[in-house]
Amino acid sequence: MPALLTLSAISKTFANGTVALGPMDLSIQEGEFVSLVGPSGCGKSTALRLIAGLIAPTGGTVQFPQGRPETGFVFQEPTLMPWADALANAMMPLRLKGVAASEAEDRAAAALKRVGLSDFLHAYPRALSGGMKMRVSIARALAAGPKLLLMDEPFAALDEFTRQALNDDLLALWAEDKLTVTFVTHSVFESAYLSTRVVMVTPRPGRIAAVIDQHPPVPRDASFRLTPEFSAYAGHISNALKQAMEGAH
Amino acid sequence: MNTVLKIAIPVGLGIAVIAAWQWAVTALAISPIVLPGPDAIARAFVSDFANLSAALWTTLRITIVAFVLAVVGGVALAVLFSQSRIIETALFPYAVILQVTPVVAIAPIVTIWVGYDNINAVLLILAWIVAFFPILANTTLGLRSADHNLIDLFRLYGASRWQILWKLRFPSALPYLLSAMKVSGGLALIGVVVAEFAAGTGTATGLAWLITLATRNLHMATAFAALVLLSILGIVIFFVLSALEWALLHRWHESAIARER
Ligand SMILES: Nc1ncnc2c1ncn2[C@@H]1O[C@H](COP(=O)(O)OP(=O)(O)O)[C@@H](O)[C@H]1O
Ligand SMILES: [Mg+2]
Repeated sequence: MPALLTLSAISKTFANGTVALGPMDLSIQEGEFVSLVGPSGCGKSTALRLIAGLIAPTGGTVQFPQGRPETGFVFQEPTLMPWADALANAMMPLRLKGVAASEAEDRAAAALKRVGLSDFLHAYPRALSGGMKMRVSIARALAAGPKLLLMDEPFAALDEFTRQALNDDLLALWAEDKLTVTFVTHSVFESAYLSTRVVMVTPRPGRIAAVIDQHPPVPRDASFRLTPEFSAYAGHISNALKQAMEGAH
Repeated sequence: MNTVLKIAIPVGLGIAVIAAWQWAVTALAISPIVLPGPDAIARAFVSDFANLSAALWTTLRITIVAFVLAVVGGVALAVLFSQSRIIETALFPYAVILQVTPVVAIAPIVTIWVGYDNINAVLLILAWIVAFFPILANTTLGLRSADHNLIDLFRLYGASRWQILWKLRFPSALPYLLSAMKVSGGLALIGVVVAEFAAGTGTATGLAWLITLATRNLHMATAFAALVLLSILGIVIFFVLSALEWALLHRWHESAIARER
């Protein structure tokens, strides 16, 4: 099966001369859950923005052999419109794509229900907790029915309990919708828990230091965190990260 | 502090000051030409009602028109600035020059250009110049304050420039615009008054001219009555605009939370 997306020798140098990324080669198959792990400033966000087409690469190409998939983006901050309630926020992508208001409303409400917010359709962001705002942000990404979900440290600002709950919910949504997820994190444990593949990125410019294939049970649940398999994954990632950092110095 | 006290304390102070004023004027036999007592001012309100209300209406009308034009012009120019850096770079320095030049200094020139027989247009132009800048500066800042990640998200979903402006930049700028309007509303009134003094002519018929005329004729009570009307007008403008701000923002904006505490 052809890959969903292929980065070939992709690199990015910003106008101010910062060499942020690359060259990097990476191919992502449909249905994968790929985590990009690396220290901050190593170009992970830049990689996601290149994949989303929000910025153009300086060198190399981003290819979608099966055509550009419907793409959702989740940032570290919930990035909601404060003047709009949860429902209107989740409707935004659909409305921009020209979906009629009533259909957009139904689909956005359904997406909010899936993330457990059916009682908060008309709550404004300021009335929601950090975890709930992030759920709205995920619902917004899901409402448009994405095939590819790009997530940039989405749970980094949340407390550990909320983060674990959202990790489990994300895994369930990934399995149900057969999503392809590219997930940026600097948490070793999070990447060990979520991913089918972990890509280690070196500090500036971002290059791939190691790729770790994982074969976690599907479906997974919280008990997976207690298994020796999980500990082995985490240890593996941790060592690879250490090596990548040493190599960079 | 509870709401009752918040109102009762300043009102109580006001009554005490008026009472002391009345007492001082009577006990010390101060001439009404120097300082009329509250009773004399109140009588002036009744006896000069026709003049006062006509002057109030003139000042109010010009203030409102100048303010509305300042909002329309300021927002329109800010939108233009947000769409083109070149236009902003070219025009912004001139907006600043217009802002920093004292209106009193421009008033005689504008009066000559526009003409004494069009004095209301003169007042309108001068008040507009004073009220315009805060709207322009704040709205420009507000339009630019839109969350960059949200802009990216809008782009990802194929939003047009117009959709980004209308559905994202404009709501982001609204709190900035509304707070600028509170400043500008007061400035428009000040602009009209200053312009009227500066133009210094009998063809102007607002409250400032009434004050000029009354003091020349030593009708101090009438001058004070006009002054009271000006203060009330300023307060009303501020409260109306604050109410508008509250109506538009209280459901979602952080500033409204602080007020609830
Ligand atoms: N728009 C930009 N202009 C200039 N430099 C940038 C820009 N965006 C990111 N950078 C720089 O590129 C490097 C990589 O940034 P980023 O991709 O955000 O890293 P990460 O997400 O891994 O923390 C950093 O040094 C950052 O300062
Ligand atoms: Mg980042």
